[in-house]
Order: sequence, then C-alpha cells, then structure tokens
Amino acid sequence: MSTLQVIWFLLIGILLTGYAILDGFDLGLGAWHLFAKKNEHRRVLLNAVGPVWDGNEVWLLTGGGAIFAAFPPVYASVFSGFYLALILVLLGLIFRAVSIEFRHQVDDDRWRRLWDLAFSLGSLLPALLFGVALGNVVRGLQLDAAGNYVGGFLALLNPYALLVGLTGLAMFATHGALFAVLKSEGELQQQARGWVGQAWLAYLVLFLASTGWSLAAFQRGSPVLPAIASALALAAIVGIKLFAGRSAHGKAFLSSALAMVGIFGAVGATLFPDMVPAANDPALSLTVYNSSSSQNTLTVMLILALVGMPIVLGYTIWIYRLFRGKVVLGEESY
Amino acid sequence: MEPVILARVQFALTIGFHYLFPPLTIGMSWIIVWMLWRRLRSNEAIYGTMARFWIRVFAISFAIGVATGIPMEFQFGTNWADYSRFVGDIFGAPLAAEGILAFFLESAFLGVLLFGEKRVSRRVYWFSGLMVAVGSTLSGFWIIVANSWQQTPAGYTIVNGRAELTDFFAAVFNPSTIQRYLHTIDGALITGAIFIMGLSAFYLLRGRHREFAERSLKMSLIVGLLAALAQLPLGHLHAVQVAETQPAKLAAFEGLWETQDNAPLLLFGIPDAETERTDYAVSLPGLLSIGVGGSSDAVVQGLKDFPREDRPPLLLTFGSFHLMVALGMYFIALTLLGLFLLWREKLYHSKLFLRLCLLSIPLPFIANELGWIAAEVGRQPWIVQGLMRTSDAVSTSVPAGQILFSILLFSAIYALLFFVWIFLLRRKLKHGPDEAQEVPA
Repeated sequence: MSTLQVIWFLLIGILLTGYAILDGFDLGLGAWHLFAKKNEHRRVLLNAVGPVWDGNEVWLLTGGGAIFAAFPPVYASVFSGFYLALILVLLGLIFRAVSIEFRHQVDDDRWRRLWDLAFSLGSLLPALLFGVALGNVVRGLQLDAAGNYVGGFLALLNPYALLVGLTGLAMFATHGALFAVLKSEGELQQQARGWVGQAWLAYLVLFLASTGWSLAAFQRGSPVLPAIASALALAAIVGIKLFAGRSAHGKAFLSSALAMVGIFGAVGATLFPDMVPAANDPALSLTVYNSSSSQNTLTVMLILALVGMPIVLGYTIWIYRLFRGKVVLGEESY
Repeated sequence: MEPVILARVQFALTIGFHYLFPPLTIGMSWIIVWMLWRRLRSNEAIYGTMARFWIRVFAISFAIGVATGIPMEFQFGTNWADYSRFVGDIFGAPLAAEGILAFFLESAFLGVLLFGEKRVSRRVYWFSGLMVAVGSTLSGFWIIVANSWQQTPAGYTIVNGRAELTDFFAAVFNPSTIQRYLHTIDGALITGAIFIMGLSAFYLLRGRHREFAERSLKMSLIVGLLAALAQLPLGHLHAVQVAETQPAKLAAFEGLWETQDNAPLLLFGIPDAETERTDYAVSLPGLLSIGVGGSSDAVVQGLKDFPREDRPPLLLTFGSFHLMVALGMYFIALTLLGLFLLWREKLYHSKLFLRLCLLSIPLPFIANELGWIAAEVGRQPWIVQGLMRTSDAVSTSVPAGQILFSILLFSAIYALLFFVWIFLLRRKLKHGPDEAQEVPA
C-alpha cells in the first residue's frame, strides 16, 4: 500500500511537470503576446499554439482529477483553501481559451485588441498564480484538525510565495519565448530572441533567490535530494543560455523543459512525504500516507494510467510532428 | 445567505451554462463526421463545404464548452470540500479517467480538425473528426458515471467516515449509468441535429446557399428523427430505473402522493407540498403502474411514504420533468413532419416547417437544462442519494462573501461569453459557407 501511495505521489508530480512543460510554453507565449506589435506577428504566435494548447491544458485537468482521485483530502483542502486565487486562475484560463477562437472572427482592430488583452492577461495570471500557490504549499499552511485551511486570503500573499510566483512566471516566460523563437522567422524571431534574454536573466536571479530561501527555511527532512534536484535545474537553466547563444533553440527549449523537471523534483523532494504541510502543527499535515485513497482505487487508477497514458503520448507526439516547423499563415490560419 | 445555498447557486450557474455547449458539440460532431465520410466516399465538393462551415460553427461553441468546463474540474474542491473528502475515493476516479481516456483524445484531434486540413489526407482528416466525436462522447460517459454514482451509489463501503471503492466496475456501471448515459447522448444528438436543421432552414428561407442548406437539412433531419424517436424507449428505460432506485424522485416527477397500485400517469396538475395534494390533476388511470412496473397491479410509491425532510423540492422537480417530456414529444412531431415533407418532396419549400425549425433551435437546449434540473433537484436533499445530505457537503472554510463574489464574477463573464457566442454565430450565419473553393481530389 505504501508503495502505491508513493507511486501516486510521483505520478501526480509527473502530470504536473508535464503540464508545466506543455501548457507552460503557451502560457509563457501568451504572457509575451502583447509585446508583439504587428497583427501578423500576433497571429503567428496564436497559430503556433492554436493546434496544441487545448491538449496541453488537459494535463492540468487530468492532474486535478488525479489529485481528487488519489488524494481527496489534498484536493479538498488546497482548492477550498486557495479559493479566491483559484477562481482568478480559472478566469484567466477561461478568457485565454475563448480568446484564441474569438480573436480572428471579426476583422476589426478594436475587437482584436480586446481579445489580445484577454489572451495575454489570461495567460499571465495563471502563470503567476500557479507559483504563488505552490510556494504556499511548500511553506506550509495553517490547517485545522479537519484539514481545512484557516489562514485567510491575505496570508497567501506572503513574500516567499510571491517570490515563487514570480519565479514561475519567469520560467514560463522563458519557455514561451523559446517556443516563439522556434515557430517564427524574421523580425518576430528577432524580437522573441530578445524576450528569451530578458526572461532568462530574471529566471536565473529569481530561481537562485527562491531556491536559496527554500533550502534555508523550508526543509523538513534531509536537504540532500532537493539540493541535487536544484543543482540539476540550475545546470539546465544555464544550459538554456548556452544553447540559445549558439542559436540552438531546440536544445535550449529541451533544456528549459529539463529545468522544470529539476524544479518539480526539488519541490517534490522538499515536500515528501507531506503533500500539504501544516505550518501550525506538523501532526496535522496531509501526507502521502494519511491522505490517500484506498488501495483499491489507487490500483485501478494506476492500471488506467499505465494503459491510457502511453496512447495519449503516442497521438500527442504524432500531432506535434504534424505541426512541426515554422508557422506559415495561410487560408485556414486563425 | 448561507454558504450551502450560495454554493448551490454557484454550481447550478456554472454547470447550467457549461451544459449548453457539450450536448451541442457532441451532437454536431457526429453529423460533421458523417459529412466528412460522405466527402470521402462521393468526392463531391459540396460535402467539403458543408463540413468546413459546420466545423467553424462547432469551433466557436466548443471553445466556450472547454473554457467553462475547466471550473467544473476544480469546483468540487473549492465549494464542496467535505463532499470531496467523503466521496473522493470513488468520485475522483471517473474525472481522472475522463482526462486520460477521453479529453486528451478530443482535444488533441480537435487541433487537426481546426488547423490541419491541408496537412493530412482526407481519410486522416475524417479520422480526426471521428476521434473528436468519440472523445467527446466518451468524455460524457465518465461525467455521467460520476453523476450516476451520486444518484445510485454502488461498489463501495463506508470506512472511517468516507465511501471507499470495493468494486470499480460496480461503481462505474451502477444502476443508473447506462440509462442516464444513453438518454443524455441521445439528447445531445437531438440538440446538434435541430441546431443544424434550424440554421439550414435560415438559408432556405432566404434562398441562399440552397444546395448546401438542403443537404445539411436532410442529413440533420435524419439524425434528429432517429434520435427523437429513440428517446421514447431510452427515456422510458431511464424512468423505470428511477422508479426502482429513486422512488422519491419518481413520485415528485409524477406528483404522486399515495403509494398505490393502478397508479395514474399525470398529464397535467399542480402539486402542492403543503397540502400534500396535486390540484387540477388530469391523469390516465393505471398508466404509471404499467409504464414503470409493467402491469396495472404494480405498486408505485407515493411521496407520503417519505419523511418530509427526505422529499425533493416539488414544483421544480415536477415542472422541469413534465416540460422536458413535452419538449421530447415536440421533437418527435417536428422531425416526423419533416420526414413527411421530405417524402412529399416539399421539405425545402415549406415556409411553415422551415420557420418552425429556426424557432426550435433553443428548445433542445432548454430540454437538456430541464432534464438536468429534474435529475439533480429530484435527488435533493441528498448530494449522494441516501448517504450524504447536500447541507453536509459544502466547504466550511470558504466565507460566504467569497462565494458571492465568485458568483457575481462568473455571472458577468458567462453573460459576456453568451452574448459573444450569439454575436459570432449570427456573423457566421450571415457570412455563410465559402462555396466552391474545393478542388476534387
């Protein structure tokens, strides 16, 4: 049973990392969207993510469903505890989703500007708030005996969580800018290279600050694994710059994905075996062992995941290959 | 206001709005797949034009369906934390399964359908459409599984104050899953069909895009007719199941107070929860017993068998059920009339019928909502029938003010999305299909 619980902790980590890597580039690209000046450039950006963003977002929905299925008390405590923050994330995701479809429907500048704004803010908000939420979990929450969060909304806006939020935003912004470089040419690509440089610097500084703070203040167990994973992340972040400097943006993008693996690894290793540490009393923490579903449910879900996910990966890879290469605006483009 | 009332308002608002879209897109997707198939077989350009136009209309609706579906995945945690703790061992699995087995499929291939026509062969394009239809139809399956378990829980045991899974297949195929699923998907087909019928009729009334509109009308009419007729046995099966597994709900549907054999089928009436009578009743004696029990001797339980605190809100359950049934009958009448006109070769010229089609567009959406209200309000006061009351399920840590705030926010945004949806549909309709751009392969 305890093996199953650990496996599910890892699987949820994999789902969330997969989400960060995949939806991360379209969130990050969305955050840059308003900085692209020409309509044609904005269209290239939208068409770069158009065919794939919906599938990317399913990683989040599946992650949410998997947390519900495997660790119901975590799902209940975190989402009711982060109520307002989550509502804002959802608003962002709603606007982002419809903007992509709505923007190209009416040939009018004001109409396009409206949905550009909605797309960009709708991307920026979740890209920032995911990190704020994660920072609060790492830091630990005020929980009562039933596992309810009792700290109030303002306590979530603490300096550490905000720092992690900004780190996440810089991470997504770097990732999205790299994707924009990969999918564009000419003037837009030049501009996107500039975005990579700016975002990367912020990413590096913020990563060092938040990692230092995490390692110094929030290690409840041995800091060895978190430190190793953070070092891997740091190497990968440096790798982004090296590859981007040699115009190997494909490799830089993979390096950025690897950095996310390192960061999520560090977060997981810091938390384990807690999923939601209670800051007020460690005995109230929601752990992998006291918050999981039954053995039966975890087993059935594991079988579902092992059968289903390879198929999902198979057709996802096929679709990414189908749309590989630079965006060329044509008749069927948005 | 009490948090539980606010949380219920929020859930009703968000799911009520969301539920306008999935039935439409599920139904439309199958008709689009059929059009793509006919293009593949006949190689006639007109089917490409049809598929392309309806895919664009589909895409606008699908985007809103996806966007408004996102909150649903998290809402059990935000607003119904105690419910989530109680049922998570069972209820979370279908939601996760929906993602892995269905939602990935429809979303991934939607990308091909919207952006990839020039990148793949016609066969692969048709296949992508098929995967979107299969994915969204399977998606509905897992959502219905989750909801059906709330209605007729099975395959569980209560341990440490929560429901734990004992038998996955018993929980998935609980006593109401199949009946509810078939009824719901058939409703989706009716919705998609009447939507396409109505918009095609618009063009025929104005004499525009005649060939496009005639063929679209004919295909959707066939789907609509078959689906409307199929709802007779499917709806009946569902009602029989409700009678067996949720007798209080059935009694509320029918405004039946006394447990009796030879129970009457109510055609009209106004049930009164205070006086425990149904006024102005017009009923067919014995038919309810025959309908749900197979013979007039079958005993049907009345509401008085249940303590007052276990009865569902009466007027809403009763009214929504009867209106839904009436609309179902209307869909049969409408599509049969269409078939008759098709046979007499008057289908494309009957102004009356074409106008009826156009005016009927909102009705399947209303029927879907009414069905949902009947099913969900009829289950009250339970959130899980017999196991947990709705009042015990709500998040205790969320202040009422925050729920109210989010209700206002969602209302404003959903109102905006609704108006944009109507606005864009009207534009698409005005613009019409792009004809004759297809080069036969």
